[in-house]
Amino acid sequence: MPHAPADAVKALRYKQNNDSMSNEDQLLEEVTGSDYKYGFYTDIESDKAPNGLNEDIIRFISAKKNEPEWMLDWRLDAFRKWEKMTEPDWANIHYPKPDFQAISYYSAPKQKKTLDSLDEVDPELLKTFEKLGISLDEQKRLTGVAMDVVVDSVSVATTFKKTLAEKGIIFCAISEAIQEHPELVKKYLGTVVPKSDNFYAALNSAVFTDGSFCYIPKGVKCPMELSTYFRINEAGTGQFERTLLIADEDSYVSYLEGCTAPTRDENQLHAAVVELIALDDAEIKYSTVQNWYPGDKNGKGGVFNFVTKRGICERNAKISWTQVETGSAVTWKYPSCILKGENSIGEFYSVAVTNNYQQADTGTKMIHLGKNTKSTIISKGICAGKSNGSYRGLVKIGPRAENARNFSQCDSLLMGSSCGSHTFPYIETQNKTAKVEHEATTSKIGEDQIFYCNQRGIGEEEAIALIVNGYCKDVLNQLPMEFAVEAQKLLAISLEGSVG
Amino acid sequence: MEALKDKLESSFIVFENELDDDAKKPVHKIRQQAFKHFEKAGFPTKKDEEWKYTNLKPILKNDFRILNKSENAIDFKDVKRFFLSDVDSYKLVFIDGVFSSWLSETTHDKFDICTLSSMLNRYEDVTKKYFNKALPQAETMASINTAFAREGAFIRIKKNQTVDKPVQVVFFTTAHDYDIMTQPRNLVVVEENAEVKIVERHQSLSEKAVLTNTATEIFAEKNSRLFYYKVQNDNMEASMIDSTSVKQAEGSNVRVGTFSFGNRFIRNNLNFFLEGEHTESHMDGITVIDEGQFVDHHTLADHQKPNCESHELYKGIYDGNSSGVFNGKVMVHPHAQKTNAFQQNNNILLTDKASIDTKPQLEIYADDVQCSHGCTIGQLNEDAMFYMQARGIPEKEAKALLLYAFANDGLRNVAIPELRKKLNKQIATKLNVDLDFEL
Repeated sequence: MPHAPADAVKALRYKQNNDSMSNEDQLLEEVTGSDYKYGFYTDIESDKAPNGLNEDIIRFISAKKNEPEWMLDWRLDAFRKWEKMTEPDWANIHYPKPDFQAISYYSAPKQKKTLDSLDEVDPELLKTFEKLGISLDEQKRLTGVAMDVVVDSVSVATTFKKTLAEKGIIFCAISEAIQEHPELVKKYLGTVVPKSDNFYAALNSAVFTDGSFCYIPKGVKCPMELSTYFRINEAGTGQFERTLLIADEDSYVSYLEGCTAPTRDENQLHAAVVELIALDDAEIKYSTVQNWYPGDKNGKGGVFNFVTKRGICERNAKISWTQVETGSAVTWKYPSCILKGENSIGEFYSVAVTNNYQQADTGTKMIHLGKNTKSTIISKGICAGKSNGSYRGLVKIGPRAENARNFSQCDSLLMGSSCGSHTFPYIETQNKTAKVEHEATTSKIGEDQIFYCNQRGIGEEEAIALIVNGYCKDVLNQLPMEFAVEAQKLLAISLEGSVG
Repeated sequence: MEALKDKLESSFIVFENELDDDAKKPVHKIRQQAFKHFEKAGFPTKKDEEWKYTNLKPILKNDFRILNKSENAIDFKDVKRFFLSDVDSYKLVFIDGVFSSWLSETTHDKFDICTLSSMLNRYEDVTKKYFNKALPQAETMASINTAFAREGAFIRIKKNQTVDKPVQVVFFTTAHDYDIMTQPRNLVVVEENAEVKIVERHQSLSEKAVLTNTATEIFAEKNSRLFYYKVQNDNMEASMIDSTSVKQAEGSNVRVGTFSFGNRFIRNNLNFFLEGEHTESHMDGITVIDEGQFVDHHTLADHQKPNCESHELYKGIYDGNSSGVFNGKVMVHPHAQKTNAFQQNNNILLTDKASIDTKPQLEIYADDVQCSHGCTIGQLNEDAMFYMQARGIPEKEAKALLLYAFANDGLRNVAIPELRKKLNKQIATKLNVDLDFEL
């Protein structure tokens, strides 16, 4: 890579620090005007990077975000590592490989087009909202309809922020955290998911722009469910999200990600990284509901979701992952726990639904390093249509992990004869005191079960929804209350029309 | 590894020259193709998903002689203990890769129990129909075997025949002052409604390293029944790579038992292809190993047709710094409805240095199926131990009894009483205890 116009970028950063953003155009002209032979900046609009990825783009992103020097170095290091890596192809998924040079890696948060009333919204979307039981106000918010009650909603968020601030909880955008709390970010960023962990994690490390940062101080129990939903200033999903969540000693937090409402997104490729750090005696509960656009009935379009999620548990800490995956055309996701401290606990509860041409390769890794560590894995896969679902998991018991205990159960439910369900569990044990159990079953909904429901006046579709909900109960029970109710309905909608 | 590869390459040329006119036979085309595949692919490494947990390097670094010419005579009384001696049986005995007619008992009457070399000479149609038709082409170690395939057992049971006594196939490698690699190759064809029981064993009498790279192809025709047992209890200098592939036609029932107690290194590739409806496959395995030993079981149950059943049960006890690998794959193709596939893998680690890596896989493309796998790694039940000790059974015996009971399930399909007895004894010896009751 040639040297980027370091001086120019520095100038840019310097200027940005001092001038207001309105001077940016003028500034960019300066940059372009400077003697730089790779002068691609000419075709930059003020808020969008040109397609492609190289060191200059990263410098550009970093400068745009007004980041300190160490952050830029960190990104560049990640980028150099990424360049040497190849896209993994071991997963049981097939998709056209994205062209990484055809993506724009930075665009300033776009002002969403505001609609005048709900009448302008896609009626199909509204129907789904109705089925999910989402209130009218919320519907408006989600579809970007201008609301009279905006003031209200902002005030909710404000009280919310106030309560958190009183407890000393930091909850903000990651870019904000880099500015405001560099010492925390510097200390923990990349410690759980290293820059070179995998192809997509490296890419994310180099170019991430959005995401959340959360810090729970010692001994604090976070009084409410934290959710990106409330982070009004950074609404919407980013393409390369980075989440860093630190629970200091003896604290507790429950974090919600995503939303049951269907999310249409322009970006096809999503590569997020989530890092959780649970210090001594802390507990983190991380719930995800993912319902991104899965493509149409013929498998056209849809989001590629390549996520790296990992948490580290210190002594007596606990991390619990719960996920309901119904969206995306391709999902590649393995929320994991490193059980480093003694007596730490890792849990993974997952429901993955695939329909039509969706593909999901998902599971978890439980790495037992400390004594008396425990982990539980409950994975429920439901495959319908022409979809493929895979569970891929690793349970590793290290030589020093005395009395480690693991229980894994991965069940698959098949609907229709053209779908596929796969299980790839890896179990590695190096300690004699370990107790590891793994069970997996694959079956379909029994005709007698449906017949029984029919007999009692329950229609076929409802019967299936009923049975599926029963099948997923172990996982749905782990979700926060409101979420659980919506998730149940979501399952029914995702599977609609898959039996007939 | 490169050194061995070079050696195999030069040996293959020597081998071809030796064959002389035989090199013009169609079977040699197959050998050449197989060797080409090996030359291209090379030895499997830990980067291959199927060899992720198994490191071949230390095994392949020995200076093996590939085409060992010198054979030593052996006296039956010296090797009697390696046979099932208290049962009348057909015997196929090979010493240093050469058929030993005076230790063997063969037949051509109602069925063929003879050697692969005579089959290659006599039955061109059999070669054409069966030779190298069951082994997956991608398995490199099997390719090496195919390339050098010349001798081994050929067993063909004709239609409606039930073989009156078990068949013992024993391969000896005698004492030499250099390392040896051997390539025994077996072919078993059980025709319609026929039945046979076979016991296979490989034994090294050498103090030098021996690598047995064996391959067996089994064809079970319509409604046939086959019992096949592998006794793997060789000395600590011996390593073994076994590739066995079974093709099953409609209504056939094949049971394969693999009993691993000995050897320094064992890798078993056992593939079942269920190509007809209503077939039944059983795979059982008992592994009891300690200090310095390694056993890897790779199995595949490939369900291609509806209404088939497969059952798999592998038990492992690991002592010392031994390590084990289990990789069981169940594949259910589209349209293979009403499949029942069950897989069970239970392991006990006795020390902190022992390790086990297990990977039970299901790949299912049909919806009306019942498939399950279970896998456990654990310890002996403390209550059971206490119960027995409270009744005056010393700790060591109590432990052995429980371990014995744990492993014993794996003998459920052993249909030769004498073999069952012998295996019981081997388990007891391996667990270092004298079980003073008749099992």
